[in-house]
Amino acid sequence: MNLFVILRRLRGLIYKETLQIFRDPSSLLIAFILPAIFLVLYGYGLSLDVKDIKLGIVMEDTAPTAQSLIRSFINSKYYDIHVDRSKKAFENQLISGKIKGILIIPQDFSKKLRNRGNIAPLQLITDGSDPNTAHLIQNYTQGVWQNWLVQESYIQSKNSAAGLINMESRVWFNSELKSSNTLIPGIIAIVMALVGTLLTALVIAREWERGTMESLMATPVSIVEIILGKIIPYFILGMTSMLITVLASILMFKIPFRGSIIWFLVLSSLFMFISLFLGLLISTVTKNQFVASMVSMVSAFLPTMILSGFLFEISSMPPVIRLISSIIPARYFISGIRTLFLAGDVPELFIFNSFIMFLLGLILFLITAKKTVKRLD
Amino acid sequence: MLNRIISLIIKELLSVWRDKKSRMILIVPPILQLLVFSFAATLEVSNVSIGIINEDNGIISKRIEDRLIGTNIFSKIYHLQNKDAESFIDTEKGLVIIHFNQDFSRKVLNKETGNIQVIIDGRRSNSAQIVMGYISQIINQYNLDYMVQNNIQKSNSIVITRHWFNHNLEFRWFMVPALMAIISLMMGIVVTGLSIARERELGTFDQLMVSPIQPFEILIGKTVPGLIIGLAEATFLFLIIIFILQIPFRGSLLLLYISLFIFICSVLGFGLFISSISKTQQQAILGAFLFMPPAILLSGFATPIENMPSWLQPITLINPLRYFMAILRGLFFKDIPVEVVMTNLWPLIIISIITLTGASWFFKRRLE
Repeated sequence: MNLFVILRRLRGLIYKETLQIFRDPSSLLIAFILPAIFLVLYGYGLSLDVKDIKLGIVMEDTAPTAQSLIRSFINSKYYDIHVDRSKKAFENQLISGKIKGILIIPQDFSKKLRNRGNIAPLQLITDGSDPNTAHLIQNYTQGVWQNWLVQESYIQSKNSAAGLINMESRVWFNSELKSSNTLIPGIIAIVMALVGTLLTALVIAREWERGTMESLMATPVSIVEIILGKIIPYFILGMTSMLITVLASILMFKIPFRGSIIWFLVLSSLFMFISLFLGLLISTVTKNQFVASMVSMVSAFLPTMILSGFLFEISSMPPVIRLISSIIPARYFISGIRTLFLAGDVPELFIFNSFIMFLLGLILFLITAKKTVKRLD
Repeated sequence: MLNRIISLIIKELLSVWRDKKSRMILIVPPILQLLVFSFAATLEVSNVSIGIINEDNGIISKRIEDRLIGTNIFSKIYHLQNKDAESFIDTEKGLVIIHFNQDFSRKVLNKETGNIQVIIDGRRSNSAQIVMGYISQIINQYNLDYMVQNNIQKSNSIVITRHWFNHNLEFRWFMVPALMAIISLMMGIVVTGLSIARERELGTFDQLMVSPIQPFEILIGKTVPGLIIGLAEATFLFLIIIFILQIPFRGSLLLLYISLFIFICSVLGFGLFISSISKTQQQAILGAFLFMPPAILLSGFATPIENMPSWLQPITLINPLRYFMAILRGLFFKDIPVEVVMTNLWPLIIISIITLTGASWFFKRRLE
């Protein structure tokens, strides 16, 4: 069998598959409508930029010192402050979730602060059922209070900057620390993982269900030809969808793109191949649209969201979970595409990411080819 | 009539249970997801690699370094040269670099202000922000200690923090109830949402049609098995949470089950609604996919709803997951009273009524 025959057969298969894509609205729907809706909802909906945390301050002490402390809390951009004399009402609001923390300035606070050798305590109560916000409240409160203390003692001692340390921070790549800048590349990865996997999973599972896969089996084409004939048209469809999604996110969310197109194409093609192979494998194993769609959800959407470092820092996970996350392709894609968007070209990093994605893709391809034996159970 | 419904329910349960693949899908992924994701989903930052460029090597910079190393946030510390700084951050070897100038210790000892430069990787903005907070706390504390020692500050002050409901701020406590809600949602949609569409495609639906069963009976026959499976599944997850993950449940079991019942009704309502308006199985699957991922991400499970733009927040009002998640988190840790449960429960009741009646209306119209 020569190359010419293979190419001719492949062309036939690709032609058939392309016709199928254009005649069936559902694959176009998955490739274009689904990403558009997800991009808008997630892009605007997911944000870690905290502002206006509701904090109740119990003012048991009314001296000017305490008032000045409260003022610096009110001036902080992180808080939406409510002041009251008693603790009772705030406690109920904390239980019902209306406020996220209570700061208590005890009666003798300013008196203790004036007297040498005393420790003047402030009491902070947070809603630990939301640990992230509780953490932030603890940090912000600490920050506001420390700054206030330093200011106050400057005023009292009239002796500024004596041997103190000042921190100058510079944030590279994302100087305003906008969370959308870091989340949107991750969202692109999630959406594309879902789209790529779903495209092949659903469509091919349907072929199995309807028995048209049997007709293909009866022809002389080989397994590799069948797989390639399926993958190539969907790859073109998926990459078109990827490009549109990336362009849309640059325009809609005003995030920079500092890298080169070539690296973007390399990284995103590898990722798209992996997603398509995963979908193919799922449909081959399940042979049923209903099961295939659920497995895609479980294997493409959730792990991409939770184990890829998109929202949750991988270094904070326990060692076993870190190991699992190292076989999640989105982890490498997100690292690469986030760098492309915000930092520009870092070939060293991209080569590493591409290499791992290539390996994962190859493994998936081999498993798929092995599972797609020409056999009708 | 009751007989017919009961046999329909039994048939439905059997058809899920006898199919090996459907059975697997109901049992294996939920357990795996709960176990893996509950450990993975943490917004805490720990175990961070940090680079230090110390051109100073004086006593003060050593003291600051010691204070940084003393926390459990930074696990690996790399001492770098100036020229390595760029590639250290670029290739994501570390999240932060701290830089001491040559004259740092000398300046501080001469009672001038000493500057420390902190460089942070903005590609991971949330972690960067948290780490920056830690470092500035360490430096502020150093300053305050210094001021107290040198009598610039007369007395000391202290913030005593107590975290109610979750003393050690374990992030897992926050995620696990959310995962229980998410998995219940997925299973609910899977079981009912797609079952009608599947029957339609396989042609077994026509057999139901020619039988004397009424449309609403079919609807009940589809809803009740979903409820049974959903309640069983949630109970199973709940037991894993209590006994294996050892997370406390402080609220009332009765309120939990009432809320669970209504939540599953609303989810089934959505599922049936989706399958009643779709003609093919594929349409139903797409409908489910358009509903589920947004419902999950926009439920407040990881990023708070209050952070969303004001035009998007109203959309979350029709998301049943949002309310159930609030109830679950409240019941698990805060033992919220009935009134607070109710504020989240009545929207769920309304959603159930609207989706279930909507589903039966479309369903009937399609039959005629």
